[in-house]
Amino acid sequence: MAGSKMDIRTNVQSKGWSRGKIAFAIFLGVLVVFAPVLLQGFQTMSFFVRVLGIIGIYVLLALGLNIVVGYAGLLDLGYVAFYAMGAYAAVILGEKFVTAVQMISNVGLRDFLVSSQFIVMLPVAAIIAALTGLALGTPVLRLRGDYLAIVTLGFGEIIRILATNDFLGLTKGAYGMMAPVAQPLGLSQLQLLPVAIPAIGFNFIFSVNLYWYYIVVLLIVLAVFVVRRLDNSRLGRAWVAMREDEVAASSVGVNIMTSKLWAFALGALWGGLAGVVFANAQGFVSPESFTFMESVFIVTMVVLGGMGSIPGVIVGAALIAGIPEMIRGVAQSPLLAGVIDPTLASAISGYRYLVFGLLMVIMMAVRPQGMIPSTRRAQELHPEDEKVLEEEDQSLWDLKHGADRSEHDL
Amino acid sequence: MALVEATNTTMQFGGLKAVNDVSMHIDEGEIVALIGPNGAGKTTFFNMLTGIYKPTSGKLTFAGGSVSGKKPNEICRMGIARTFQNIRLFSNMTTLENVMVGRHTRSKAGPLQAVLRTRGFKREEAATVAEALKRLQFVGLADKANELAKNLPYGAQRRLEIARALATEPKLLLLDEPAAGMNPQESADLTRLIGRIRASGVTVLLIEHDMKVVMDIADRIYVLDFGELIAEGKPEEIQKDPKVIVAYLGMGAEAMLAQA
Repeated sequence: MAGSKMDIRTNVQSKGWSRGKIAFAIFLGVLVVFAPVLLQGFQTMSFFVRVLGIIGIYVLLALGLNIVVGYAGLLDLGYVAFYAMGAYAAVILGEKFVTAVQMISNVGLRDFLVSSQFIVMLPVAAIIAALTGLALGTPVLRLRGDYLAIVTLGFGEIIRILATNDFLGLTKGAYGMMAPVAQPLGLSQLQLLPVAIPAIGFNFIFSVNLYWYYIVVLLIVLAVFVVRRLDNSRLGRAWVAMREDEVAASSVGVNIMTSKLWAFALGALWGGLAGVVFANAQGFVSPESFTFMESVFIVTMVVLGGMGSIPGVIVGAALIAGIPEMIRGVAQSPLLAGVIDPTLASAISGYRYLVFGLLMVIMMAVRPQGMIPSTRRAQELHPEDEKVLEEEDQSLWDLKHGADRSEHDL
Repeated sequence: MALVEATNTTMQFGGLKAVNDVSMHIDEGEIVALIGPNGAGKTTFFNMLTGIYKPTSGKLTFAGGSVSGKKPNEICRMGIARTFQNIRLFSNMTTLENVMVGRHTRSKAGPLQAVLRTRGFKREEAATVAEALKRLQFVGLADKANELAKNLPYGAQRRLEIARALATEPKLLLLDEPAAGMNPQESADLTRLIGRIRASGVTVLLIEHDMKVVMDIADRIYVLDFGELIAEGKPEEIQKDPKVIVAYLGMGAEAMLAQA
């Protein structure tokens, strides 16, 4: 084999990018950047921008949880806790930051710092969430499977209940808290650039919703970038090995505890970031936003989309977060005002979870590997690939027809 | 100097002493076989030596350091690698990836370097691939680098497990029934492979039922029965040892042999 070119792939998932794939990526990029501009421009459609922002936050959460569930294979039913940590950190520490900055006498600098407080809060909240992940992980990661799931579920509830009970006087309990600053960095400048084409009813103003949408998109791009690189590294391989066989992995030198802790911390980090964006985009944080159902939804996004698959998880999150919001949005939008009765509209939004549950059951029965499965995960869940089936058919045929097997046996 | 030194090691599960007061030593460069009927405690001994179990009592040292109470990954780092009786590969990883995981203790790039794709990371990653390929070539699987481990034939899976263990750069390799389920041709190949492993400077301790393999290759043999060490010696001594014959063939065998 010396001299001959051998195609060595270091990862089962990494294959070259075909031209079609690149074209599709560019198309997708353009769509993600410009579609919201169009939606924003038309009054009747502008609510979709808000919906897209919400979807984006869930995509970010799902990408984070995917590290824990998809890569490391740990079922975390309390992921929302990290989201809550991020959101509350953004509000509580953001407020402190703004107060501290008020001391600065230079008006220009002061205003700049005040409006950019959320940018400062992003890394702060990410670190807090990651440390919380470590703090939770250290005692509980000795548990496996169902037991771990139950403990993480409990943790998620603890965080929510602490927030509800105004823990240490920090969270203002069930009343919730306002985000420190309404106008984020650069928004007022962006709003000076209105584009209007009255002839077709296009009237674009750079809205707050659009602003946060773009922030989320940037964070998602960052997350995809980071997660892909992690997957294709020493740590990523350790995660797969550990998921497949813990005993074998540790006997070839993988430190199970450290690898799991990394997964927990690196997963939690994105929850924290999503929390900051959520708190600032919403302008308000309260414990209601961090119920157990939220955790379940995020897990569902990962599972339905395809554990361990980045495109899968994104699509899963977009659908699960998007469909109910779309239904609600459309039902209440000015587009349909007068077309459907408002009570019917709210009834439709009420039934959305019924449809959703049904979809889930069907999905798990027919396609347990998810909508866009990762190559590897698909193999794990569907071991009976065609080759094996073929061999089995052949052996059955042999058996039935008493083929020359008997000769071998002699 | 003894590489492995077991002094009165006992492993007790409830009322059962799976390994009872066993003392043995393995010198550097040796090939030592551990034999005995099923349930004699051979695999239990392996599990103690690799940190899966902690010995109930006794001393177990490797290269001068105590092994007991250490975690499997720490012991791997000390220089002991193993294969398993029931092949335990990462079945949905490729052949190459399996061996790359074996390089875990010999590389150190953390998540931050992985994300930033630093020069050090790239260099280490390239070295990991190169080292893994070297091990695959050693066991004759280089042309199967991109195949999923589970799609390999049985014999190749056994060899892959050996390659993965060798990738950790062990001083001592533990092989748990490497010839199980192999035909005579395959076990002859395996015997040669084990010889080459020793030649590369790795000490080997193997559990094996295939007596041809054991007698061909082992320098010394330890025989366990019901958790106790009943014999120790060179292959030709063990073959004649009456206690070993009784353990394998049952009471009366000795008498029958005496009559014959």
